Amino acid sequence: MIKLFLQRLVLGLLTLVFVSGIVFVTVEALPGDACTAYLGRMATGTRLENCRRDFGVDRPALTRYAEWTLGALQGDLGMSLKRNKPISDIIGTRLRNTLVLGLSATLIGVPIAIFLGIIAGLWRDRPPDMWISTIAIFAMTIPEFVSSTLLILVFSAWLGWLPGIVTTPPNAPLVEFLSDIILPIIALALVMTAHILRMVRTSVIDVMASDYVQMARLKGVPYWRMIFRHVLPNALLPTINLVALTIAWLLGGVVVIEVVFNYPGLGRLTIDAISDRDLALVQAIALVLAAVYIGLNLFADLLTLVANPRLRTMRN
Amino acid sequence: MSNDPLIQVKDLSVGFTNRAGDTLSILRNIDLSLHTGDTIGLVGESGCGKSTLALAMMGYLKTGLRVLGGESDFKGHNVFDLDDKALETIRGGDLALIPQNAGQSLTPTMRIEQQVNEALLLHTKFSKDQWRGRCIEVLTQVRLPQPDALLERYPHELSGGQQQRVAIAIALAGEPDVLLLDEPTTGLDVTTQAHVLALLCALAEETGTAMVYVSHDLGAIAQVCDSIVVMYAGEIVLSGTARRVLKHPDHPYVRGLLSSIPRLKQAIVPASMPGRPPAPGEVGNGCGFVDRCPLAEQRCHDERPVLEAGIAGERVRCHFHQRLEHLPPPELPNRPERTNLDEADIILRLEDVAISYYTPGFFEKILGHESRVPPTVDKVDVTICKGETIGLVGESGSGKSTILRAIAGLQPPLKGSIEFETTTNLNTFVDDRAKDTLRRIQLIFQNPDSSLNPRQTVGEILAQPLKLYFGLQGEELRERIEALLISVRLHVDYIGRLPSQLSGGEKQRVAVARAFAAEPDLVLCDEVTSALDVSVQAAVIELLTELQSDRATTYIFVSHDLSVVRAVADRVAVLYQGRLCEIGSSEKVYDLPSHPYTEALLGAVLEPDPDTEPRLMAEDIVELSPPTSGCPFQRRCPRRIGEICDRETPPWQGADQSHAIACHIPLDELLAMQKQPRIMPVALVN
Repeated sequence: MIKLFLQRLVLGLLTLVFVSGIVFVTVEALPGDACTAYLGRMATGTRLENCRRDFGVDRPALTRYAEWTLGALQGDLGMSLKRNKPISDIIGTRLRNTLVLGLSATLIGVPIAIFLGIIAGLWRDRPPDMWISTIAIFAMTIPEFVSSTLLILVFSAWLGWLPGIVTTPPNAPLVEFLSDIILPIIALALVMTAHILRMVRTSVIDVMASDYVQMARLKGVPYWRMIFRHVLPNALLPTINLVALTIAWLLGGVVVIEVVFNYPGLGRLTIDAISDRDLALVQAIALVLAAVYIGLNLFADLLTLVANPRLRTMRN
Repeated sequence: MSNDPLIQVKDLSVGFTNRAGDTLSILRNIDLSLHTGDTIGLVGESGCGKSTLALAMMGYLKTGLRVLGGESDFKGHNVFDLDDKALETIRGGDLALIPQNAGQSLTPTMRIEQQVNEALLLHTKFSKDQWRGRCIEVLTQVRLPQPDALLERYPHELSGGQQQRVAIAIALAGEPDVLLLDEPTTGLDVTTQAHVLALLCALAEETGTAMVYVSHDLGAIAQVCDSIVVMYAGEIVLSGTARRVLKHPDHPYVRGLLSSIPRLKQAIVPASMPGRPPAPGEVGNGCGFVDRCPLAEQRCHDERPVLEAGIAGERVRCHFHQRLEHLPPPELPNRPERTNLDEADIILRLEDVAISYYTPGFFEKILGHESRVPPTVDKVDVTICKGETIGLVGESGSGKSTILRAIAGLQPPLKGSIEFETTTNLNTFVDDRAKDTLRRIQLIFQNPDSSLNPRQTVGEILAQPLKLYFGLQGEELRERIEALLISVRLHVDYIGRLPSQLSGGEKQRVAVARAFAAEPDLVLCDEVTSALDVSVQAAVIELLTELQSDRATTYIFVSHDLSVVRAVADRVAVLYQGRLCEIGSSEKVYDLPSHPYTEALLGAVLEPDPDTEPRLMAEDIVELSPPTSGCPFQRRCPRRIGEICDRETPPWQGADQSHAIACHIPLDELLAMQKQPRIMPVALVN
């Protein structure tokens, strides 16, 4: 099992290297370079040449790639010319803010999703299931920017309970975000919960129809004992990977929500960096997001390995 | 012992309401009683309601079913009147079920110990610190070796035979009065099945637990049960002592059923029954069997027969059962000797064929590891001449289907050569073969449910090979399809039906027709009768034999069922772990001397005859891969002579031209050993 995990780890790292290559090549393929973007209209003649020499942009691409990846390994993502700051400093607090948002949405959304999914699965096709499933389909189909806007309209504009737009600066202590973050969390959790809930429901229904559950009933196992001992451990196994995938997807969904709420996270930073043509920053964010994505999947694989006896006891 | 029955089923009818609002019955007016110490066999073909009846005795009905009338009592209380609490006490505590597929009936996320403990917790008064000891006791009782280590395992870590034993152990842990066994050995290998049945017989004797044994297999029932209840179309048609039912069946259905079972001792052509069992709701006012019965008269259509007393104390549901009394059991014709075979006319030659499923993983490719796994199939030499049927037999994992896949081009061999008619090399993948070669070799699969496209009509399925190989169109195509349907004895109206509208046997006929549409010279039959009921199986065997005599087709017939192979094959090759053990004319292979593995297989076959008893030769161990040197059977061989078996590949010894055995023991010694009547004790597996 350890061997299997190490294999996954190596594969994950290889994927990351591969992604860094693609990101680098893509940015490289864009017309212009860091200096033309930085100087804008003034990018002509000696000024451009000086800039290129000062920042080493005139060296071969391979050298720059090697330098960039080696730096990234040590936590140094380079400098943002536009912002005139080390990129790690810019990303640092933004990443923290996004992680707090994503993590809270997960911690609130996943347990609710699992609970409601189990209820829907056990009461299949009866009123509790009908309500839960219908609401879930609505939550899944409404785009985030619509649900976010609705949330702002109701809780901020009409009721005035919560701020509709975040005005706290990015590097403020977390406590100051408390009231700002509630609506974004709800918007984010809504879609995620719906996805996971549907999956848990299907899984519970499948397991309830299995031979071993029928057998448990015929062994005289009382209903709730059967649910907790025989049904749930088996029904929840396949959801681990889905949860990881959903969280990874959430990193994409977060962009829209951060923009709508003006939340100072990595998502909004991405949009800003793109519109500023701050190529080094875009490159760094892409790499960080890829690393988080791969890390999450690796974690989910590990969790599945530990939780599933079939995989855990596999020889070699 | 009191004389009150443990279970008393009284006039029980169970059914469901279909979408049209009609009430259809699955069980009709069942009467049955079970006393302490009884072992009753419930037998019938699929869909006759035998499992529904067994589960109804536990007060359990599948979703949608309901009781239409009557009751099922356990110790005097109708189980359908009991509340959940009372049912939970009875189930597992008084009435324990041993399920058909133990592998799927054990909860995959719970250790064996947790599952046995659950039965102890719910149904016994043992205190927590006694559980471990009790667990070990029940596992020992079902002859499982090293129970200590086994308790720590998960179900998927056990072999099929071990899983079945664990399921029996869990049932025994609740100390039940009655064991309900629902096809407990279906799906197990023959040797494993024989061991499990021997265990059940021993348990019945040791504990005096009453048993209801549900099975479609009269052979298994004959080993375990004292009395037999035969069901047909949801009702009991015959019940009596095992001996009477098997030796003098007083019902035309049971008679037909027994004649359709192929026998090991004699190469008979099993007789098929015409028609098929009625679906729920199709039974009219008369007898359920009337459409298939050779004795049927007008009265049988108009009046439903009652279950009346027969001559030897049995109960029989037939208006004319007295007529059967004087009829001798039907003589079954021997399979005709094949004389037209020309041994020089070779259609297929396999030379030193090895096949491996091993594919190196991503990292092994990079690091260039060599495979250390011996190939799945190795050193197979077989020559097949035109027009003959060769049977490939062996237990699961013996590589018999793998050889078919290689011939069909689905898994090209690792080394050796496969030659078709001495001109065409078949070492190629199916995509690289000429269209005409593809046409001439056709494959029929085990399960027609998955080999026929559910979205295509029978006409479309049969049209495909005709269009592909012969370019037929329009009227011509239709005529050919109709002719094919007639040749497999299906009505031409079936042309527009979907597979889901056909019965299992009819589907397999369509699969046969599809293969023959290509006008093949070589047909590969992969367990083609295993998914079918015996009476349907007999019909498919009959059909294949008939088609062969019309067209001189060659068959390679893969089966785990030695009796079926006996009924179809001219020659037989016995495989263990992908290596040939014995090959020869079927007469010689089924006779002594045998390879010790063949001997073990033959000994484990169950005959529907209370006077025969299986001989348990080899232990039921499942080997995951063949040994790297020596005889493939070395680890299980009951006649192992020593070191030499592990070291050296056994030589081929021929009794004569048409028979060869791969064994280190000289044939005359082997013959002398095997002639001695000797029954091996049921040893502990370790």
